Amino acid sequence: MKAYDIVIIGGGPAGLAAAAAAKRSGIDSILILERDRELGGILNQCIHNGFGLHTFKEELTGPEYASRFIDQVEELGIEYKLNTMVMDISPNKVVTAMNREEGLYEIQAKAIVLAMGCRERSRGALNIPGYRPAGIYSAGTAQRLVNMEGFMPGRTCVILGSGDIGLIMARRMTFEGAKVKVVAELMPYSGGLKRNIVQCLDDYGIPLKLSHTVVDIKGKERLEGITLAQVDNKGKPIPGTEEFYECDTLLLSVGLIPENELSNGMGVAMNPITSGPIVNESLETNIEGVFACGNVLHVHDLVDFVSEEAAAAGRNAAAYVKDGAAANVKEVITLKGVDGVRYTVPSTINVDRMADQLIVRFRVGGVYKNCYVSTYFDDERVLRRKRPVVAPGEMEEVKLSKEQLLKYPDLKTITIKIEEA
Amino acid sequence: MEIKLTCIACPMGCPLSVEMDGDKVVSVTGNTCPRGKVYGEKEVTNPTRIVTSTVKVSGGESVMVSVKTKNDIPKGKIFDVVKALKDVEIPAPVKIGDIVIADVAGTGVDIVATKNVD
Repeated sequence: MKAYDIVIIGGGPAGLAAAAAAKRSGIDSILILERDRELGGILNQCIHNGFGLHTFKEELTGPEYASRFIDQVEELGIEYKLNTMVMDISPNKVVTAMNREEGLYEIQAKAIVLAMGCRERSRGALNIPGYRPAGIYSAGTAQRLVNMEGFMPGRTCVILGSGDIGLIMARRMTFEGAKVKVVAELMPYSGGLKRNIVQCLDDYGIPLKLSHTVVDIKGKERLEGITLAQVDNKGKPIPGTEEFYECDTLLLSVGLIPENELSNGMGVAMNPITSGPIVNESLETNIEGVFACGNVLHVHDLVDFVSEEAAAAGRNAAAYVKDGAAANVKEVITLKGVDGVRYTVPSTINVDRMADQLIVRFRVGGVYKNCYVSTYFDDERVLRRKRPVVAPGEMEEVKLSKEQLLKYPDLKTITIKIEEA
Repeated sequence: MEIKLTCIACPMGCPLSVEMDGDKVVSVTGNTCPRGKVYGEKEVTNPTRIVTSTVKVSGGESVMVSVKTKNDIPKGKIFDVVKALKDVEIPAPVKIGDIVIADVAGTGVDIVATKNVD
């Protein structure tokens, strides 16, 4: 059986950044396994600009951003395998993979970085009534067809869900000559970034209907149209508000789900809110030496933060290979999100193992204006940051310093919450 | 004349109202911070965008290559640029930064490749 110090599952932005950071931390034996025909992951189909403002201080397109990291991986001489699907990972870190050259084969790893990303929620998860005609795509599938394969999914289009991919595809389909009639969003607020609403919808006069959903699908072989209705505050369609839109294409941009089949298979403990692994300050799961980063851990808005998080996972995996499991692990501090904060990543902190600074990322459950993001060490409020607005569509963060945590030796729980100003 | 905009300088998304006298900005209201004023003024006097799209590639590992305007172009020229990209086909190999169309649609800005295709 082949053996590597670190095996990285996935060659997208998270896997690439983790690999580069692990190599720079002094580990030479690294293997990236990627199921697609090239490295870069979903960035390859995200041809729009706006990537890398934080990392490179310039606005890159998705493929350009990916190439910066692919170049690093090539220059560092990190080994990778394309067209290779990982079938299974055992709790003792034997990776079973498959490709056309080697067939089914096994690799023993000392440490594993889970970087499988996420996939789109599909029509099946939505309970939309009606037939199942051709012409209904997830927004990301349409994006791949248009941007990479050179096919147009249709000519007149309605988009359900105002996630960023849906907004981006509204503009993209318009550029390619399609008529995008409307974007409908079930929630009373958009799930996408504000700038995407302005630059992808407002610029082209595409209406965004909040608190609306698809209640009927017409067409048997090919989609002929859909019916939108307004929903009440419980998300139930309001009778009498139905409106029919003729269209041959419906794109769904209704959320992303971390792709954790492999994690579940090896017994990684999961957080039901993020649908990603529960991790400690080192981004390590409940299985020692198994780390997670990027969208498989929790869905991000900005790839810059994926790269940053993944680099930390890569460094931590390298440290694990060099030093082994942390001996005499001190009692850990539990992190909790309450009062509007839905979750935190990480979930626990062992102060001895944390870096000088730790970024805790989280999402809120609603839109809050003029509020404080407050951090409590047990019952004492130690940090408070005024925010003009926080919304579910934009990930938030709190920075904790090791120096500060060392001043509280008996600390049991850190709580992050939203407070009214 | 009054122009209504949504500010994109931060997630707050303030509803801006820009008062114009001809092509001069008289006032920006509705913003909560100075960045909103700057955005409002630029957006009504000289709105620009980077345009991203794809063109066909022949003889390469992929059939499409992604492209962009090297710099931002006037917002009103977006569809001229998009039209200029229709039916363009370039031979592989393509490198990031290669000029696909020089001075696209009279904007003075080049269309460059944003992906390597071997």
